[in-house]
Amino acid sequence: MPTTYVNPRFPFRRPAALGRGTPEEAVVVIAGAGLVGLTAALDLARQGVRSVVLDDDDTVSFGSRAICWAKRTLEIYGRLGLGRRFLDKGITWNTGRVFFRDSEAYSFNLLPEEGHEYPAFVNLQQYYVEDWLAQECEASGLVDLRWCSRVERVEPREDGALVAVETPEGCYRIHAQWLLACDGARSAVREALALPFLGQVFRARFLIADVVMQADLPNERWFWFDPPFHPGQSVLLHKQPDNVWRIDFQLDWNLDPEAEKRPERVRERVRSMLAGAGGARGDLPFTLDWVSIYTFRCRRLERFRHGRILFLGDAAHQVSPFGARGGNGGIQDADNLGWKLAAVLRGDAPDALLDSYDVERVPAADESILNSTRATDFITPESETARAWRDAVLELARTQPLARPLVNSGRLSRPTVLKDSPLSSPDAGPWEGGLPPGAPATDAPVLRDGQPDWLLRHLAGSGGFTLLCFSRAGEAPAAPPGIARVVVSEQEAPGALWDHSGLAARRYAAAPGDCVLLRPDQHVAARFRGSAEPEPDAVRAARDRALGRAAAPLRREA
Amino acid sequence: MRLRTEPRFEDPDAVYAALLDAHRGLDAAAAQRLDAKLVILLANHIGDDEVLREAIALARGTTLPERR
Repeated sequence: MPTTYVNPRFPFRRPAALGRGTPEEAVVVIAGAGLVGLTAALDLARQGVRSVVLDDDDTVSFGSRAICWAKRTLEIYGRLGLGRRFLDKGITWNTGRVFFRDSEAYSFNLLPEEGHEYPAFVNLQQYYVEDWLAQECEASGLVDLRWCSRVERVEPREDGALVAVETPEGCYRIHAQWLLACDGARSAVREALALPFLGQVFRARFLIADVVMQADLPNERWFWFDPPFHPGQSVLLHKQPDNVWRIDFQLDWNLDPEAEKRPERVRERVRSMLAGAGGARGDLPFTLDWVSIYTFRCRRLERFRHGRILFLGDAAHQVSPFGARGGNGGIQDADNLGWKLAAVLRGDAPDALLDSYDVERVPAADESILNSTRATDFITPESETARAWRDAVLELARTQPLARPLVNSGRLSRPTVLKDSPLSSPDAGPWEGGLPPGAPATDAPVLRDGQPDWLLRHLAGSGGFTLLCFSRAGEAPAAPPGIARVVVSEQEAPGALWDHSGLAARRYAAAPGDCVLLRPDQHVAARFRGSAEPEPDAVRAARDRALGRAAAPLRREA
Repeated sequence: MRLRTEPRFEDPDAVYAALLDAHRGLDAAAAQRLDAKLVILLANHIGDDEVLREAIALARGTTLPERR
């Protein structure tokens, strides 16, 4: 049992539909109150959309699970109003060390650029994130969280989905106009629809242990290849808040995973790791908080949209860890879908806009799977030849910087650029550098009325589009109706965000007069060079295209 | 084809001997790591992905199947 965190127990509240003959009606039902389901619910709530969330459990994540929150995730939670909590509670880290056999091969610094509100990574246990999300969802008054409510059957319909829910006090049915399946790798919704979930299973298994100890180790990520205390295998050590340390041990494929999960066996492994890692700490007292075993696998659904049912997170795609792509990928799914669904429900966009969720997020999942597969091949080489090459790279990396980029202990998650998205309008002319259409917006420090502020905080106008205008001293064209305008200025000017360091202009490769149209999820929809004063019609056309109103098809070619 | 394939060694026997000498005393696994390091060092020196891909294709294409 965890000793540093007590899982809250949420009460079962009897829904009115229980015992009624007719199904309850709901606009949006979310299956799964995990990380992704709660994020989707909160994102919708922030845009005024109600949802009913069903979860078979009565608490948040058991064990730390996803612990590495990438910059883009932190920015999304910043938009949802939770960003500061990650910074206050989480562990910020920049240095990674790679060890090979009995010594350090090299270390790297993620070198976070100055001038961003959020760092490259923050480590934090998943249960805190879910706990905060559940609190925020409750506080919004728009999310009906229903615990101890298991999705029993799902019947897809033209006008939504009919869901049978099992509770401790009996069954009831709820008809959802839209059903978001956020119910994880073993998704009940996916199984109910009998959708194939195909991919690759690797002969690689890891034991994860959360260990509580007062260790005088730095806030760094340590990765061992073939260390003396765990010969032939890989080990990862990562720090979390509350003196909790995550240790991942690769297990020989032939070992019995159940036997390896026994606490005394895990303690033995941790003790020998502490004795062998960075100085003799073999006698350091520790307690074991949580143990789990996972097998590396990468798989996904062929499509993430099935009529009125949409799949997000692990229910849609599963990747091996060591790249922080599971949790971070799922959150980007919610970020991508939230504004689209809200726009369709408001009547601002056609139903077809939701096809673009599939078009944009399937390549993102493939990118994660590709990265994850490559990391798995390096961490757990499957043949003698693969191992020889891996070890050769590590031997060389000790003295030769040229070999270090080849070392792959997990490529850390970067935000997806939605290349070739049908929602993006191509540049009208050449634009060297900056953020191409499809890229997520980049942060920059600004001064607002003399106070330090961040650019990204102004690019999320409660679910709407934003026209970001660069100016010399606050002069800017009017934005078309329904589009918020944010003006950045070279010189201090009233009503404008002062780009005092020049970083905003540099990062967007923008000069006074240039404008960038941002979607509600802060991705670039289009950009306009100021030499030809951006015509309201061009901005409006780009917004309409990003809302799926243009004639261009939004579906992928089969 | 960007890969230069005309003979270029001034003293081919010496090159061959130097490569073999480098493996002296190594078991098969260590010899394989040495070869891998040589490839990585030279590939980085060339610094041209396309040339490397052509070399890979040429090496793979001339590899005979195991004799049964």
